[in-house]
Amino acid sequence: MIYKANIRPAWVVLVLLMLFTLAFTLVKTSDTASEKIFQAEQEKPSKTDLSKFKNAVENENCLKCHGQSKYTYENPESKKTVTKRMFAELIMNRDVFYVSNHREFKCTDCHSEDYGTFPHAGNLRMEAKANCIDCHGGDEKYAKYKFEQIESEFQASVHSEKHSEDFTCWMCHNAHTYKINARTNENLKETITYDNLICLNCHSDIKNYQLLTNKIKPNILQKHEWLPNQASHFTNVRCIECHARNEDILVVAHHVVPKNQAVRKCESCHSKNSILYASLYKFQVRENIQKEGIIKGLLLGDATTIGPDKSNTLNIISLVIFGLTILVIIIHAALRIKK
Amino acid sequence: MNHQTERLYLYPVWIRIWHMINALLCLLLIITGLSIQFSNPSTVVKFNAAVSVHNVTGIILSISYTIFFLGNLFTPNGAYYVIPVKGFLIRLKKQFIYYTIGLFRKEDAPFPVNEENKFNPLQQVTYVVLMYGFVPFVILTGWGLLYPEITVKSFVGFSGLDLTDLFHIFAGFSISIIMCVHVYFCTVGKNPVSNFKSMINGYHESH
Repeated sequence: MIYKANIRPAWVVLVLLMLFTLAFTLVKTSDTASEKIFQAEQEKPSKTDLSKFKNAVENENCLKCHGQSKYTYENPESKKTVTKRMFAELIMNRDVFYVSNHREFKCTDCHSEDYGTFPHAGNLRMEAKANCIDCHGGDEKYAKYKFEQIESEFQASVHSEKHSEDFTCWMCHNAHTYKINARTNENLKETITYDNLICLNCHSDIKNYQLLTNKIKPNILQKHEWLPNQASHFTNVRCIECHARNEDILVVAHHVVPKNQAVRKCESCHSKNSILYASLYKFQVRENIQKEGIIKGLLLGDATTIGPDKSNTLNIISLVIFGLTILVIIIHAALRIKK
Repeated sequence: MNHQTERLYLYPVWIRIWHMINALLCLLLIITGLSIQFSNPSTVVKFNAAVSVHNVTGIILSISYTIFFLGNLFTPNGAYYVIPVKGFLIRLKKQFIYYTIGLFRKEDAPFPVNEENKFNPLQQVTYVVLMYGFVPFVILTGWGLLYPEITVKSFVGFSGLDLTDLFHIFAGFSISIIMCVHVYFCTVGKNPVSNFKSMINGYHESH
């Protein structure tokens, strides 16, 4: 007698589907949970060990006032101690400065020595701010960062063309806080968020936006309504991917183009010749291969867009499997016809 | 050997209609899927069109699969998909040997089609893996790609969306391969076209 298991596969699938839904819900909840932990960690205050920095003692002369939200001085006329609020823009957070790329500098490397006296002389306010190229231009040591290319891309960008002198490197990069990110951050998502926040700092904040224009701030969500899966695009793609000309040489393109030249075609990214492959993603794939090897770095690396197939290895494997199947079928058919 | 033709009504109307629709949908999905996968400006099916057709066809396939699923949950047809556990491997081997050797020696099929066994053991296992494995899997991952916001963000260190993409392509590829073999084996019948006729008129012709 043949034993017959009396369970239809459909029931098995139904049960598996339920289990899957349960597991899926659990993973989804842990997703949001881990995000919350990340946020909480960021809010924790950290103390900088000032003894590690050779200019820290000297810098404290400035930071004792500029290092926090209030400062205290003695009024020589009334002999009274006065406490006042520091202008938000003039506050330098020690924890942020001492992890930034310029952490080894002393304040007076860039600012006038005359700031040594208090109250500061009024004409010091007119002091010109140094731009990136002023220090980094033509320097062998920084050649790999291609500052000249960045400068010329920026000069050609809509930011520079529309607002000329008013729009400087400082609009997006504060020398006190700037920390290299795209090249060093292992987490692609964080790099994307970091880069997009630079744009949103003005394009979603009317106070900053109207420093350069009297235009009413455009509503980014509304302007991008045509874009399918908007939320997913916003968290997985950098603004500059569509709004800047990607030249492949720079990890972060600076040639921001007018909005009518922005990428609007799906296949510009979702195809074999994806423009996304030009800069950051190409860089990421290269790094991944170096660090993780071909299998994990390239085949399963996280630098990819849905749609294009960048893995040639998988293409070849599937083609071979398909070819073998057809070959076996042909041989089988030929043998049947022959008999 | 019994050469008298027996006509057996095996394929009820709903199965034939479902099968026909399913075949067309799968073909469309494979063609548009390949166009998306290997898209470049010179592809025959334009990218935008391929995506739209793939999405709509995928949704129709989900509905069509639900009908198949419910049909095999509640009608007698579902019994054909129940694999008897005992002696299964032996029967599988027997069928495999028939296809590789016996068929050429004009031997009788070891598991002739009858009302109780519509599928031979090899067919049975293939169809179960296909219809209760790859197809629901390709549908689920397809929905996950259609609504990327619902897809899990990361899974054991990999991007959830990339894994979903990879699995979707893997399942789609496997289905395509099975489909090729399936169409070829349909020519193994009373004569090369009799099985195709069966799927139109519902009668199985055995020799």
